[in-house]
Parts: sequence; structure tokens; C-alpha cells
Amino acid sequence: MSASRLATGGSDIDRGCPLSFTFDDRRVEGFAGDTIASALLASGQAVVGRSFKYHRPRGIWGSGVEEPNALVDVESAVGRVPNARATTVQAAEGIRVRSVNASPTAETDRNAVLDRFARFLPAAFYYKTFMWPDWHLFEPRIRAMAGLGVVDPDWKPRQVSDQVNHHCDVLVVGAGPAGLAAAASAAAAGHSVVLVDDRTQPGGSLRHRGGEIDGVEGRAWVEAAVARLNSGGQLVLSDTTAFGLYDHNLVALNQRHADGRPDTLWRVRPRRIVLATGAIERPVPFANNDLPGILSADAALSYLRRHGVLVGRDIVVATNNDSAYEPALALAAAGASVMVVDCRREGGAQAKSGIRVLAGRTITAARGRNAVQGVLLDDGTTVAVDCVLVSGGWTPTVHLFSQAKGKLAWSDQLAAFIPGEAIEGIGVAGAVAGTVSLSEALASGVAAAGDFASSSPAPRGTGSEAMLGVVSLWPKPKAKGRVWIDYQSDVTAKDVELAVRENFVSVEHLKRYTTLGMATDQGKTSNLNGLALLADITGRGIPEVGTTTYRPPFTPVPFASLAGSRRGSMHAPVRRLPLEANHRAAGGVFQEYGGWLRPAYYGGGEAGASIQEEARRARQSVALFDGSTLGKIEVIGPRAAEFVDFIYYNTMSTLKPGHCRYGFMLSENGVVFDDGVLVRVDEHRFIVSCSSSHVAAVHARLEEWRQDRFGRDSVYIHNATAQYATLTVSGPNARQVVEALDLGAALDDASLPHMAVAAGRFAGDEVRIARVSFTGDRSYEISIRADRAEALWTRMRQEGRAFDAVLLGLESLMILRAEKGYIVIGKDTDGTTMPHDLGVAGPRTKRVNEFVGRRSLFTEAANSTNRNQLVGLAVREGEAPLATGAHGVEKGGSGLKSIGFVTSNYQSPTLGRPVALALIERGAARHGETIDVQHLGVVRQATIVAPCAFDPEGRRLHA
Amino acid sequence: MQLFPCPFCGPREESEFHYGGEAGNLRPDGEVTAERWAGYLHMRDNPKGPTREIWVHMTCGEFFAMSRDSVNHKVSGSSVLGDVEHGA
Ligand SMILES: [Zn+2]
Repeated sequence: MSASRLATGGSDIDRGCPLSFTFDDRRVEGFAGDTIASALLASGQAVVGRSFKYHRPRGIWGSGVEEPNALVDVESAVGRVPNARATTVQAAEGIRVRSVNASPTAETDRNAVLDRFARFLPAAFYYKTFMWPDWHLFEPRIRAMAGLGVVDPDWKPRQVSDQVNHHCDVLVVGAGPAGLAAAASAAAAGHSVVLVDDRTQPGGSLRHRGGEIDGVEGRAWVEAAVARLNSGGQLVLSDTTAFGLYDHNLVALNQRHADGRPDTLWRVRPRRIVLATGAIERPVPFANNDLPGILSADAALSYLRRHGVLVGRDIVVATNNDSAYEPALALAAAGASVMVVDCRREGGAQAKSGIRVLAGRTITAARGRNAVQGVLLDDGTTVAVDCVLVSGGWTPTVHLFSQAKGKLAWSDQLAAFIPGEAIEGIGVAGAVAGTVSLSEALASGVAAAGDFASSSPAPRGTGSEAMLGVVSLWPKPKAKGRVWIDYQSDVTAKDVELAVRENFVSVEHLKRYTTLGMATDQGKTSNLNGLALLADITGRGIPEVGTTTYRPPFTPVPFASLAGSRRGSMHAPVRRLPLEANHRAAGGVFQEYGGWLRPAYYGGGEAGASIQEEARRARQSVALFDGSTLGKIEVIGPRAAEFVDFIYYNTMSTLKPGHCRYGFMLSENGVVFDDGVLVRVDEHRFIVSCSSSHVAAVHARLEEWRQDRFGRDSVYIHNATAQYATLTVSGPNARQVVEALDLGAALDDASLPHMAVAAGRFAGDEVRIARVSFTGDRSYEISIRADRAEALWTRMRQEGRAFDAVLLGLESLMILRAEKGYIVIGKDTDGTTMPHDLGVAGPRTKRVNEFVGRRSLFTEAANSTNRNQLVGLAVREGEAPLATGAHGVEKGGSGLKSIGFVTSNYQSPTLGRPVALALIERGAARHGETIDVQHLGVVRQATIVAPCAFDPEGRRLHA
Repeated sequence: MQLFPCPFCGPREESEFHYGGEAGNLRPDGEVTAERWAGYLHMRDNPKGPTREIWVHMTCGEFFAMSRDSVNHKVSGSSVLGDVEHGA
């Protein structure tokens, strides 16, 4: 191949603005306006990459998004972009471009030898070859050999990608003649228009194929049309790909910026969409049709007219249609020797001086090592060439139409699928709709705007109009040599034949078995040739074979663009305590618990020892902890008591104002959903104190039952969790510390017994003091406005000093509650646990009024005698704690069977031994029994005991 | 991403909504057969085509009924909960 830059020409480049960059460390010269691909061609670089599987040398094939071969990693000041298509990235001064899947360079790749073994590496050879003994032994080597670009794991975007939501009347995708006609017509009718094109310059085919519209030369017409849109306040976005069309006609755009800013994601909701997405030229099947120097004929014309690059000197053009003649004539006029090999008998009717046409002939094979050097024709003659241009017909770019669930229709005349029955709100125009001539394209653009078009007539092509006259030239079975179907996935015609022999005859199966169309280009050039071959082998028509499903994205989209600001700490934001800064100052080590960032332990020492020390000291004098995450959902109204009775498993309407009660909420399937304390503030006002991580879910359930069953007027629900901080004082000396806070409430046990609530004031603010306990010791939960909590906490710590108060993190709190057999829903229960499994059977047998989940407590399963029930497990003296998740086992059937599992286990510093909770089959009736517990193959013994291991009489609650 | 019409807030993106179940699946109170209760808990029509469903708009907290086509995802309307959905 001897591509070169011509002395003149190239509408896109600025010869006054030279630039240079490196490709595989070699210096490449170009001009502003070059793509990486056009500059590489101009510099004579034939091999630009290695194929995915066989490491075959590959050159540039196309000139846009369809490019299957020229994938490159592009490194610039803003970072590295892997697997970019060299045809769509603008060349820029100083960028470093590397070929992918090649080492050290594309030209001298050391894995090129793999191609010699190609016959041992057919489709699906991985599945067949590397099964024994274990795929994972082979995987690292295979992944290293068969790969694409390199991702830099340390890369961080310098700024967040913008995401824009936009509404408009008409969104036009594609700024070729059809799209421009649609946009101009809608704008003229007074509608708001967004026109997007994935190229840097608008105009589509008008930029390199001749054309004259309303007497004006094509490119001049484009400039004027775009200028009118811009001056009319319409939005014209270049370098912007419409990559997804979703339900309700939402269109997602990815906009690239030349100034180094990260890409922008647009979500556009137009009232009407016009798809003017064009068509992609197909390769022509012959052996070795993947050699560097074999290009799309249209791409060659584009490089000539837009970049002043002549792709070869001795050129053969292989075609089955008329569209290849314009490139042939133009390249001949630019100085190349050109011969057209046209498979049509009457081909070449358009031929003019300067080119030779062989009608009714095809290419059988190409020859050459790292570049094409000659072709063998079907009449046995050979021709020496340095470049082969191919045009196997045009495949309409129907991706977005298909994503919108549009059905495709087969056109014999075009030898392609085109959009079928119209979809509401979407028009199709131009080549994607199957138009061939310029006038047809322009008229279809105006028509596609539908009700949004102006009444003015469509522009007209006034020059000579294009013809197509395409005939089928599909890959044939049993062809000699290796005929490439999918360049990027390295799939040949033989692979398709093999798949059919192994009965993968559905197009979806063919795709997955051979990987046809599964590479980063998603088969833009290969899919139709692949399914035409499948149709031929299986004796079906192409429409009968059908296409695979088109899914977004049309081209790869950077994750940074999709993520926008939702990255790092913003990816899944944690909820934070109002007193986080105070806890940090006190040495709190934070972890996430159910979406909340909470202190796990304090002091910054070794975690295990710190946690044990906190739990030990908490039992000795007094402990302080921040329970602000507990739910505080207010239920207010004349039917509030009736409402909480229905919501809770336990009867709550009998609760006296000023008191609270522990209870379960069930799901309708009878399974325990949440537990917690309900406070009755007064006759018509309750506060649901649910589990920290369940607040949102409990709130949603309360709302659901309120709206569905009680009506909006009789109960009102307000989630006040974030408004209050709840600070807890627990331990034998808790009352003395709370007394010292001077809250103005009577704290003697007659006035404020266990499970009672009192109102007080701290520094002028109302506080609520609840005597509830999650530690088993006398405890006071004091709730205060979140913004006044710091003063209360500071005072608590001051008053606590005289009593050697200890700060409790969540980990030591878990030890204290496990010592007492207090459960955590979802940890000590699973998706089958009912309240009677937890030893709370009273309401089930006694309650007569309706409550959530009631009927489910009396099903056959609920009445079963071998349910898993909550127990404690004791290990033998001196043994280590059991593992959470370890299974109780007994002999059954052919081996061991599970009889339940350990749900919580901790070393208790107060008891000097491990404590464990478990759900064990028939456990409640088996206290004292010793069972086998298996974990990771090791079986130990444990004795079933009551869940409560510490102070079973509950004296310390009142001590 | 689809747009759903909250009867209280107007059209909003689907990510603000949560599915609540098929409309008309009335809760049987009191003594009901296991079959009837299992039907309420588990049996769904899952119709292909037009459906009437309960959704909740999580940002305003309101439940409502929405008519939707399960094939083409077209939404034909939404309304506040009525007698059919309440079982009142
Ligand atoms: Zn709403």
C-alpha cells in the first residue's frame, strides 16, 4: 500500500496548521482537521492494528464509526482513552497513539505467529479446548493474548462529566442532506430543533460525494443550512452520538469535546424524532479480504476529498453496485490507475474515461503479507495492486429505529433491511430509509418531520442523481481460503459454516457461538454478510433468518459520561450522624451500617481489643452511645391507635400514653419484617421507632396501608428520623448521669419505670426521655432536635466522667445485645422467620382483630413442628466462638443435612466465653441438647441454650 | 427512561417510582381459606397488553393507579386510588 498526501485538496484540513503525534512511538505528521486515521494513511502506515484472535495485520477500512480494524489507545494530557476508533478521533498535537492487541508494535507483533495455527483455533475453540482440568488455568494467558486496549486503573477524570436534560420539539439524528432538510423544515415552521451528528463537521455524504441542491454546491448548501439553524437559536451539536433510544422516545446523546473536557451526556425528550442516520458500506467477500490496503470505496473517496489523501496508486475497485463508480473516477482523476471489477454483467454502464471495467467478474482472493499486493480474479487472472476498494452494497443504520422496537423490512431492491412500519413519534429519512438519490433524501427529510414540517417544498437535488443498481454479492459456503466476515471478532465464513454444522442455526445462537457481531463495533460492517451466509447454508431467505437484537449503545460510551456526578462518595451517598465530627474527635472509627456512617469503635487502637474493652466497661458503670439512626416515624390522627394495631403483630392500642412497647411488624406472608419500640405520646399520637436501616421501608409500608386501608384523612404519617438525634445513656450508673443533666423530669422508678417515656427540657429545648434498653442494662434514650444535640452530648460526656463513662461503638453494642439474646432483624432472622419462631406466640393465639400477616401465621407451613427457632448456642469451655453462618448438621439421607445455622456470635468479655444466637430446627424444645455444628468442613459440638446468656431475670434493667 | 404521570406531581422520570402491584388485588380480611389467601399473596395475572397497576411516587409518597401497556410501555393514564383499589 502506498497511500500518500496529495499536494492539494482536502476540504477538512488546514494545511497552514501542521501538527504531529506518535503512533507506536513513531512520529506522524498531519494537519489540523485530520483524523488519526487520515494522518496515518497520509504517512503511509499500512498496518495499524492486530486482530483480536489471530493477531492478523489490519489496516484502516472505513472513515467513521463503522471502522472495525483501527482501534487505538489515545493518550493525551487528559488521560488515556482505550479502544478509540482512529477514524473518529481528531488528530492533535502531541498525543500518543498506540495500536491495540499488538506488542511491541502493530507492524512487528510477536504474537503474529498465532495466525499460522488458525486452523487449530476455529470458532468456540476455547469452549472445546480449555475445559480440562480447569479453564481458569488458561484464562490469564488467553486473556493477555486476545485483548484490546489497555485501561489505566489509576486514571481519574479531572472533572465530573456534565449531564444535561433537554426538551425540544424535534430531535434530528444525522446532519446529512436528509437530516438537514428535516431540521430546516421544522425550524422554519417555528419549532425548537436539536440537530446532532457524530462527526466533527456536519454534512454527511455531501462533504465528500458530489451534489448540488437548489442550484448550490453541496457543501455550501450545508454551511448555509447550519448557519440558518444556529442564527435561529436552534441547537446543533457536532461530535455527538445518539447512542440509545429508550422507552417513551427518550434519546441519549454523548457529546465529545475537543478542549479536553470530559464527555457530556444528554437526555433529550423530543416530541418527534427524525432518524437520518445514513448507511454503512459493506465489505466484499473474497479470501484474505482483511489485508491492509483493502478499504471501503466510500472511505477512500472521503479521504481523498476531505483530507487530500490518495489511498493507493494501483487500485482495483470490487463492487456490486453503482455507488463505487464515483470513488473510482475520482481516484483516477487524482492520479491513480484504477480498474473496476463489477460482478454485474451489465456493470460499468457509467464507466467513463480513465478507468477500466471488468463486468461480470469478481475477486477470488487477495495476496500479500502485511499489505495487499495483488488480487486473483474468478477467471484465473491475477492483477498487481497496492490497494483494493470494496463496495458490497449499503446497510442502512437502523440501530436506533430497532432500539425503539421498530420492525425491519427486507428490501430486495436495496439488498438490505430498512425500517418497516412507522413508529409513533419517529420518522426516518435518507439512506437509512432506503433512499438513493439526493432529491429522494431531501424529500424524505421533510416528510419525516411529520406534523412539525413547514409547508414549504423540500429542497431538490439539481445535479446528476445517484443510482445504486445493487445485486447480491454475499459470502458463499465452501469458498477457498479464509473469507473474513467480521474483522474485529476475527470470524470467517468457515466459522459460520462450522456453527451451522454444530446446529447453531438461529441467528442469536450463531452470534454467541462465533462471536460474530459481538466486538466493540457490534458488527456494523459484518452482520448482514454473516446472516446472508447463514441463510444460504440453511436454505432460508435472509428475512427469514432475521437480525439479532439491536441494543444501546450504538458506539461505546465512557463510563465517566454515564456516571456523571454519581461517582466516588456520590455513587451511593451515606447518611451521616449530626454528631459525626464529635465522634471523630473522640477517636471514632467509622463504618457504614445499613446506609449510615456510624462509629464502629473508638480510640483508634486495635479493633478487636477496643471493642472488647468497650463492651466490658459498659457493664461496669455507664456507657454513652449515639442512637440517632433509630427510626422516629410519627403516626398521628383519630384512627392512629387502630392503625398501629393493624400494623403491629402485638396489640398496641392498649398502650397507655407516656409508655412504650416492643413489637414486631410482619409482612403479609407472616415473616417478621421489623422490630422496635412504639411510643404512645398521647391518645392520638405514636412514634414508631424502627430499625435504623429499615426506616425508609417501614415509612413506605405505613404510607401504603394508610392510603390503601385507612384513607388520607384519619391518619397522618410523618418521618421525623432526621430531625432528631437520640443519645443513649446505659449502665448501672445511668440514672446518676441523666440526673446530672438536669432535664427537669422526674427520674425515679415510680415516675419513669422501664418502658415509660417522659418529657423534659435541655437548655430550653424539649427532649423526650425513653426508658428502653438494647443493652439489657438500665438505659435512657434522650431525643433532641438534631441541631442542638452537640451541647447535650458534650454535657453527657462531662457528667459521665465522674462515672468512668465509656463511649460505645456499634460493634460493642452488638456484643451487649447478643449477650441478652436481643435480635437484629435480617441477621438473626431470615425470610421465613415468624414471630412464634422467636418465642413471641401470644398475639398469634390471642388476637382477634385483623393485623398485617395474620392469616399467614396459620398456614400449614406456619403450623409445622420442625420450624427453625431462635436459640442460643454454648461452646465447650475454652473454645473459640462459632462462625456466623456455620450450619447445625445431623445425619440424614446420604450424608449430613442442615438443621439451621448460627446467626450471631461474639466473645463476651463480661461472661468470659463466646455467646451465639442461632436458628435451629425445633430449637425451642431442645435446650440442653448438644448438636454438631459444621463450618468449612470442620465439625464442632455446641449445646442449645436459651437465647439470653446474661442476666436472664432482667434485674439489671431496673438496677 | 420512561415518564410516569403522578396524579399529584405530574410527569416524572420512572426512577422516582416504585411498583406496588396489580390493581384490584383486594386484601381478604378475617377467616379466609388458604387458597384464597395464597391467591392474594402470590397469584398474579401478569397480563400481556393493557394493565392497571398500583405505583408509588417515592418523592411525594403517594400511591396511585396507573394504566399501562406491558408490551409497548405506553401509559394511558393515572388516577388517585379509588374504590376498586381500596376494596372499600
Ligand atoms: Zn408525586
